[in-house]
Amino acid sequence: MDTAFAPEDIAFREEVIEFFDSAYDDELDARLNNPDPAIFQPAIVEWQKRLNERGWIAPGWPKEYGGTGWDDTKAFIYESERASRGIRDVIPFGLKMVGPVIYTFGTDEQKERFLPPILSSDEWWCQGYSEPGAGSDLASLKTRAVREGDEYVVTGAKIWTSYAQFADWIFCLVRTSTEGKKQAGISFLLIDMKSPGIKINPIVSIDAHHSLNEVEFNDVRVPVANRIGEENQGWTYAKALLAHERTAIAGVADSKRGLELIKGFAREEVNAGKRLIDDPLFQKRLSDIEIDLMALEFTELRVLASVAAGGAPGAESSLLKIRGTEMQQAVQELMMDVAAHYQGVLPGGPDPEVLGHGFGTKAFKSYMYGRASTIYGGSNEVQKNIIAKAVLGL
Amino acid sequence: MNFDFTEEQVMLRDSVARYVQDDYDWETRVAIANSEEGMDRARWQTFAELGWLSIPFAEEHGGFGGNAVDVMVVMEELGKGLVLEPYLATVLLYGGLLQKGGSAELQAAQIPSIIDGSSLGAFAYLERQGRYELADVKTSATASDDGFVLNGEKVVVLNGANADQFIVSARTSGEQSDEQGISLFLVPADAAGLERIDYRMMDGQRVANVVLKNVKVPAGNLVGELNAGYSLIDQVVMEANLALSAEALGIMQQLNAKTVEYTRTREQFGVAISSFQALQHRMVDTFISYEQAKSLLYRAVCALTDDQEDEAQAIHALRVLLDKAGKHIFGEAIQLHGGMGITDELDIGHYAKRLMMINTTFGNGDYHQAQFNALRYN
Repeated sequence: MDTAFAPEDIAFREEVIEFFDSAYDDELDARLNNPDPAIFQPAIVEWQKRLNERGWIAPGWPKEYGGTGWDDTKAFIYESERASRGIRDVIPFGLKMVGPVIYTFGTDEQKERFLPPILSSDEWWCQGYSEPGAGSDLASLKTRAVREGDEYVVTGAKIWTSYAQFADWIFCLVRTSTEGKKQAGISFLLIDMKSPGIKINPIVSIDAHHSLNEVEFNDVRVPVANRIGEENQGWTYAKALLAHERTAIAGVADSKRGLELIKGFAREEVNAGKRLIDDPLFQKRLSDIEIDLMALEFTELRVLASVAAGGAPGAESSLLKIRGTEMQQAVQELMMDVAAHYQGVLPGGPDPEVLGHGFGTKAFKSYMYGRASTIYGGSNEVQKNIIAKAVLGL
Repeated sequence: MNFDFTEEQVMLRDSVARYVQDDYDWETRVAIANSEEGMDRARWQTFAELGWLSIPFAEEHGGFGGNAVDVMVVMEELGKGLVLEPYLATVLLYGGLLQKGGSAELQAAQIPSIIDGSSLGAFAYLERQGRYELADVKTSATASDDGFVLNGEKVVVLNGANADQFIVSARTSGEQSDEQGISLFLVPADAAGLERIDYRMMDGQRVANVVLKNVKVPAGNLVGELNAGYSLIDQVVMEANLALSAEALGIMQQLNAKTVEYTRTREQFGVAISSFQALQHRMVDTFISYEQAKSLLYRAVCALTDDQEDEAQAIHALRVLLDKAGKHIFGEAIQLHGGMGITDELDIGHYAKRLMMINTTFGNGDYHQAQFNALRYN
């Protein structure tokens, strides 16, 4: 048992720090966090292109497809440094979701066509899994794809589609058969968002922001060549992806960053004549979260180490998802309490001087939208069903 | 980065696990708990023959030269069987103080008899008023012509009823709560003026209050530097916290496994109660508590062996989480076992009682959280 960093890891950390110092600055940070989509969307693409130029856009990908070839220690170091600076993670839909499905299960033509623009961020992807009638019971999805010659005709609707309004492509689970078990008749399709018959209906979420959408498909024609793998085998491909998605959702490094922010504010903020950080009740709430997070960080490392040793993330990823999202919400709640009266300020309102630019608004947005984290990626209750079955054998 | 045990550690773990499974079944454990001494000296001898008593000691004294991971491996397996023999008190506390602070003469005289199982020890550190503050010491040691004279009373001395030798903390200078001015002395159990009041704890431990009335000890029995005993105590207790936490983890593993197994066989309303989602989710929650506790134990052990982060913070954090996880896990274990969960007959309650005793040894969750907060936020 040994978690000490080797000299090469320490050198790697220096390299990462040097890169972030030179490639990321306050001006970019402000644009990335601007609520106006006309500003933050191009900023995301710009930042991701810088990462791609450095060769670090896809740490999890195999080297032959443009990945970094980092081991889990290096990936951990990179992730820690990124999050500790409050740099937002890459948009996951292309890089962390469909990309791995394409290089694992796709044809050579599909790899050649789709992987390069994912790496270069020239094409924006969104995810078409959930439906108005299929949320946590994902396999009950009803969007139909009927084969007509070299094409499928797709009809139905997807929902909770993040940033569909920016997307060039959507990866979808569609029903190609109603025979047998409901998981057996699902196929995995890549669909051009410019196809005739697609309509996007925006959904404004509880944080007063528009990131979610409903996407309608009315007789949308999709080439059969855009199907991943075999017809009716889409569930298998999606499942491999879901475990990775859940591991990523845990967001331990970002929660740590949130706690550091809170501590920084609590050292400045004065409450009844003394610093908030010196209030024993506040300290207890802080350390309740911090200690759980210290544990979760090592749980994540243990999962990563076992994955690196050849295992696939299985039911452990459900554990990470449950605790990780619970921790995120705990951090967000504490952040709201730190913001006090300013916690409800909408964008454009005054800033609490000490708390820094837009703190109240940020706290409000992340707290309110953060409610989604225990729901998406398969609700935490569904994750518990998975652990009960796969780990406890119940 | 790896979380694997070495080949030697795997062998050690398997050796203890096999013994607990084959030779320390529940009926045996109950019989030992109810025996006069509350432990089995013949088994202690077996532990010596298997080499377990030599683990933390240096090779020059015939020890194995093991580190915190080796101790963790042993304690986790001993925890699974609720083993009563005084490994913590004799090997890790009494032995740990000698190994880390004893003079060459004391080490040569005492350590081999710990390793060969012929001598049982105890660390008498706690006083009535001290609660969890290790520095709160009123017991006095006054220098005399050829050594020291000890007066005072130590309470809840682990293994106190069976120890052949004590190491006693006593004040040689300073005020009652000063860290400076505490010294440690080796005192034989049969020393003139030493009186024991033996009693039992709810987890089967045999402890004692030790009353010292003008007990004379030679100068050579000083363990560590005069007046500087606290840092030695701190270091040994720090590692003992890890060992206790490993024991707790073994207990929690057993409670979870036994509860899952029970719900699969227990039928109500015509079906196994494990089929109820309300119960499944509770068992998933205790599984998560266990995994989180395990992660923090690994983190604290790595902090101690790798020097990568503040070990005191990591250990305090561990004890905070274990307090919560332990109560969560044994609470659910009792609840899911239904009426049987509250009987003396079933082992569940005994695992719970041991966890509760571990939670008060060297500080409960609140104590450790206050320490953690002070180190981290002040």
